Amino acid sequence: MSTPGINVAYIARLAELELTPEETERFSRDLNQVLAHVAELDKWDTADVQPMYHPLPVFDAVRPDEPAPSLPREAALANAPQQQEGMFRVPKVVESAH
Amino acid sequence: MLHRSISHWRRALTAGQISPTELVQELDAAMRSKNPAVNAFISWDTEAALAEAAAADLSLPLGGIPIAVKDNICIQGQPTRCASRMLGNFKAPYDATAVCRLRAAGAVPFGRANMDEFAMGSAGENSAFGPTCNPADLQHVPGGSSSGSAAAVAAGMAIAALGSDTGGSIRQPASHCGVVGIKPTYGRISRYGLVAFASSLDQIGPITQNVEDAALLLNVLCGHDAADSTSSLHPTEDFTSALGSGVKGLRIGLPVEYTSAGNAPEVEAALQKAIRTLTEAGAEVVEVSLPHAEAVVSAYYIIACAEASSNLARFDGIRYGYRVPDSAGLSDLYSRSRGAGFGSEVKRRIILGTYVLSGGYYDAYYTKAQKVRALVAQDFTEAFKGVDLILGPVAPTPAPRLHDDSLTPLQVYLSDIYTIPANLAGLPAISLPVPGAGALPVGVQLLGPHFAETRLLGAAAALEAAWS
Repeated sequence: MSTPGINVAYIARLAELELTPEETERFSRDLNQVLAHVAELDKWDTADVQPMYHPLPVFDAVRPDEPAPSLPREAALANAPQQQEGMFRVPKVVESAH
Repeated sequence: MLHRSISHWRRALTAGQISPTELVQELDAAMRSKNPAVNAFISWDTEAALAEAAAADLSLPLGGIPIAVKDNICIQGQPTRCASRMLGNFKAPYDATAVCRLRAAGAVPFGRANMDEFAMGSAGENSAFGPTCNPADLQHVPGGSSSGSAAAVAAGMAIAALGSDTGGSIRQPASHCGVVGIKPTYGRISRYGLVAFASSLDQIGPITQNVEDAALLLNVLCGHDAADSTSSLHPTEDFTSALGSGVKGLRIGLPVEYTSAGNAPEVEAALQKAIRTLTEAGAEVVEVSLPHAEAVVSAYYIIACAEASSNLARFDGIRYGYRVPDSAGLSDLYSRSRGAGFGSEVKRRIILGTYVLSGGYYDAYYTKAQKVRALVAQDFTEAFKGVDLILGPVAPTPAPRLHDDSLTPLQVYLSDIYTIPANLAGLPAISLPVPGAGALPVGVQLLGPHFAETRLLGAAAALEAAWS
C-alpha cells in the first residue's frame, strides 16, 4: 500500500469533526507516522486469505420477530440537548439550493 | 482491610460480622480518603448504594458485595460518561446486561471508575476528569484504559470492578496495578449497555483481588443475551471448578516472538519466574511460534479505529451528548459539537478510522488488516494444536511515569503488542500479578483457546497459590 500522506482537513470534514489548526497539523504528523508503520502489512501475502470480520463464527444471529416494550419516550428523550413536543429538536435540515 | 476477596466478605456478611450497608460505608470512607490522590473514581452514589445494600439478598452468590463499574458500562439513572466531555450530562436510561446480572446475583454496583476517554488509551491519562494515579506509586500511571477499575481494586477502594478490554484495557492496567484481570472469550459476556468502541474486539470482564474472585464474577456475568447478537450461545460452566486442579500435565506454550523483543528486565524476570513455577508444578513449558506477532499492532489500529469512527458517529449532539449552543445548520452543529465534545486521542482515532474506510483506501487498509487478522487467529489455532495454554508478558515495561510526553502516539500503540492478539483472535486471556518481579507491579499473561476460561483460571490459580 502506498502512503501518499493523509489530508487531515479533508478527512475531518468527512467525519463531521471540527479540528483546530494545531490539531490538524499535529494529527497529520502523528498519523503519517502511524500509516508509514502499518504499511508493513504489505509484507504478508494475503492473496488467498478471507478477511476475518468477526472473531467467532456467527450464523444468522437473529431473534424471533416478536413485539416487546421499548424504551419509553420520556427515557429516550431524557438526554437530548433539545427536545420539543416529544421529539428531538434539530436545526433546519433542508437547505435552499444556491 | 478492604484488600480482601469477595469470598472473605461473603463469609463476613453471611456470618453477620458486617452488614451490607456497613460494607458500603467502609468503601465510601476509603473512597473519600484515597480518591483525591488516586482519582480512580469519577463519581459514586453512596445513597443509592446504601439503599440497594439495605435490600440485598445475602442468599444470592454475590449478595451484598459492592462492585465498581467502569464509566462506559451503563447503570440506570447514573452518569455514564466514558470519561468524556461529550457525555458530561449523560445519565444511562437502562442497565447494561452485565450490570443486570450483577444485580440479579445480589451485588451492588457502586462507583463509576475513571478510564481513558471512550476506552482509548493505555495510561489512564486521556480522561476529561483528570488522570488516575497508580496506587503502588502515585508518580506512575495505572495503565489503561480501565485505569480506575484497576487502581480502585489495587487501592482497596473497591472489592472488585468491571472493566472492558478492546486491545488490553483490562489486562494491562491489572498488570501495572498488581491485580487480576481477565478478558473472556469474545461473546462470553453481553456487550449490551457497554458504550461501543470497536464492536468486533470489545469485551467486558472483571478486575479482582485474586483469581477465585475473577471466576466468581464470570459465573455471574457470562451467558447468552438476546439483546446482543454477538453474545455466544456456548454453554456457561462453573468457572471455579478447576481452581484447585493445578497445572500438572499441562503443556504451556511460550511464543519465541515474545521473548526476543526489547522487554524491560522486570518483565523478563516475571516471565522467567512464571516459567520456573509452572515447571516445578509439573507443567511442561515448550516453545511455540506466532509468526504474525509483529503485525498485530498495525492490524489492530486499523480495525479498531475503523470501527470506532463508525461507532462514534452516533455522538452528533442530537439525541444525547454535548451540543454547541448555537449553529449555522446541521453539518455545523455536528462538526462543532463533536470537535468540542471529544478529546484529542478520540479525535485522532476517528480521523485514522475515517481515513482507512474512505474511498480508495478501504481495501488497502481495512480489508488488508482483516486478512492479517485471520492470519493472526490462524497462528493461535496452530499453536493450540500442541499446547493447552500460552504464556507471555502483558506489557513490554512496568507502568511508565505520569505525564511522560516524550512518546509519539505510534510508540504508545506499539506497547499493546502482547495484549492485542487475544482481541483480534477473540481468545480468553488473564493477567496475573507476579510478586517480587520489580519495584512496581508486573504481571504475566496466560491465553487459552476459545471458551477455555476454566482451564485458564485453574492455571492462574496454581501460580497464585505457589506465589502466596
